[in-house]
Amino acid sequence: MSTDTPIVLLGEREAVRPRVREAAQRPTLGRFVLTLIALFTFAFLYVPIVVLVLFSFNSARTGAVWQGFTLQWYERLFNNPRILDAALNSLIVALVSTAASVVIGTLMAMAMERYRFRFQSVWDGLLYMPVIIPEIVMGISLLLFFAAIRLERGLITLIISHVAFCMPFVYLTMRARLADFDRSLEEAAQDLGADEWTTFRRITLPLLMPGIVSSALLAFTLSLDDFVISFFVTGVGSQTLPVYIWGQIRRGITPEINAISTVMLILSFVLVSLSHALQQRTSAR
Amino acid sequence: MMQALREHPSLRVAALMAPGAFWLLLFFLAPLTIMGVISFLSRDAQGFPTPPYTLENYLTIVRDIRFAPSLSFEGGLHVRLFEGLYLDLLWRSIWLSLLSTLLTLLLAFPVALFMAQLPRRYRNLALFAVMIPFWTNFLVRTYALQFMLRANGPINTLLRALGLPPLELIFTPTAVMIGLVYGNLPFMILPLYTSLEKFDWTMMEAAHDLGADTWRAFTRVMLPLISPGLVAGSILTFVPAIGSYITVDLMGGGRTNLIGYSIAQQFSASVNWPFGSALALVMMVIVTIAAVLYFRSARGTQRVLI
Repeated sequence: MSTDTPIVLLGEREAVRPRVREAAQRPTLGRFVLTLIALFTFAFLYVPIVVLVLFSFNSARTGAVWQGFTLQWYERLFNNPRILDAALNSLIVALVSTAASVVIGTLMAMAMERYRFRFQSVWDGLLYMPVIIPEIVMGISLLLFFAAIRLERGLITLIISHVAFCMPFVYLTMRARLADFDRSLEEAAQDLGADEWTTFRRITLPLLMPGIVSSALLAFTLSLDDFVISFFVTGVGSQTLPVYIWGQIRRGITPEINAISTVMLILSFVLVSLSHALQQRTSAR
Repeated sequence: MMQALREHPSLRVAALMAPGAFWLLLFFLAPLTIMGVISFLSRDAQGFPTPPYTLENYLTIVRDIRFAPSLSFEGGLHVRLFEGLYLDLLWRSIWLSLLSTLLTLLLAFPVALFMAQLPRRYRNLALFAVMIPFWTNFLVRTYALQFMLRANGPINTLLRALGLPPLELIFTPTAVMIGLVYGNLPFMILPLYTSLEKFDWTMMEAAHDLGADTWRAFTRVMLPLISPGLVAGSILTFVPAIGSYITVDLMGGGRTNLIGYSIAQQFSASVNWPFGSALALVMMVIVTIAAVLYFRSARGTQRVLI
């Protein structure tokens, strides 16, 4: 009996599922309230963002009264050398630290997933820590560290710090991908006479590629968005875009900030769309 | 060299681990250690660390405390336990972060439940709608909320146009609470949804068939099965809340102090590196306790995080 029951249960479960989904979608009072709260929450999330975007096209210098459509704030944005410098800094830091953390994080994930060695659980815990501890602690400790070793703050310190907080995210993503990895494909390649390097290059790497790309997008977004840590490790001439925006907000609201925020929103939108499309493609396979 | 790597797995492990281990030890663990050492140093005239070693920074935190429980309603419900500047600050930070986590959960759970029950097509769309704020710059989002709530912002302009009295929202404790919930909502919705999406609804049916009412089925069947998402979401909300700097500054104008903001102040406005380090270390201990609780209750469910 004990061997038969699960099979029977499984069969029944599949048969029952559509009926339950239908039941869940039957209009009831509970469902109505649920929908209402969900719509309210989505509105709460989106209204401020949409309003901000709208007002970046408002010609009024101050206040929140609509006075007509304009693109002048964007024009000023793209003619402001300090903003362009900050954007360039952000881009350099994000590209370099993404490349470094993807390589380092993937290698570490391979070691941790495929081998058993001493102090492995210590490393595992250590790799989780940057994800868990508040950004502000990490930013301050790095500030103290760079002060102690007398390394002048600038692009170098920014890149070092960004790799430190991006790499664990890459590691976690890649470790999850590697856990799903079908190793029999590698064994098949080796049985057919491929050496380890060829196996890695022709089998392992291509199969890991979707994971590598999505963890790279993750690291790139994290780096581009970071404010708190960058704020503490940035130098005078090496402000990133979020640090520059912060300085402007502290001085008072201007339509230029709305415009630059809109540009950053669009950038996030593009990055999310990319990684979402990628995920859909991978899961469809 | 390739020959050696091929023959000795331990060498291969070392080669794979070396760059990451180097980075973690030098640029994560060493800075934290230095921060720990500095927290035991004295401050010089400018507020920078200097010998001799002292316990003064930690003593300041617990100095002059009296256990004096009281209840007040400023900034949401605030249960005071202690009098004494820094211990009260610590307790208030924990309390307000927990409160914001609970409020976030109350909004996020219906959303996640709603999303999980949508037909597949709409589910992907809804997921995308949560991913956008999840990945949008936190500073920009908080700024957008500040813009909405300002004295002459869109909400008050609208109220005035309707002949209603404007609301005093910005730079209040309430604004900080709204800001924390707003900022952290996506970090709660996404893990909750991930758990709920995997949830097998026939389980609820089975519980009902076996005589459980809806509440009992929810607490005894659904809650345990979605707990990884629940715990992950709570951690992802609680930790940024207690360490929050942007929200406290932009929404509270620095008037509602939380420990994360207070720490940053020791490194900018009022320079006192040793004391700031001590506060940071205390906060790390609090967060580590929260994290240990997380790993205890969600072992092997790391995929919920990402």
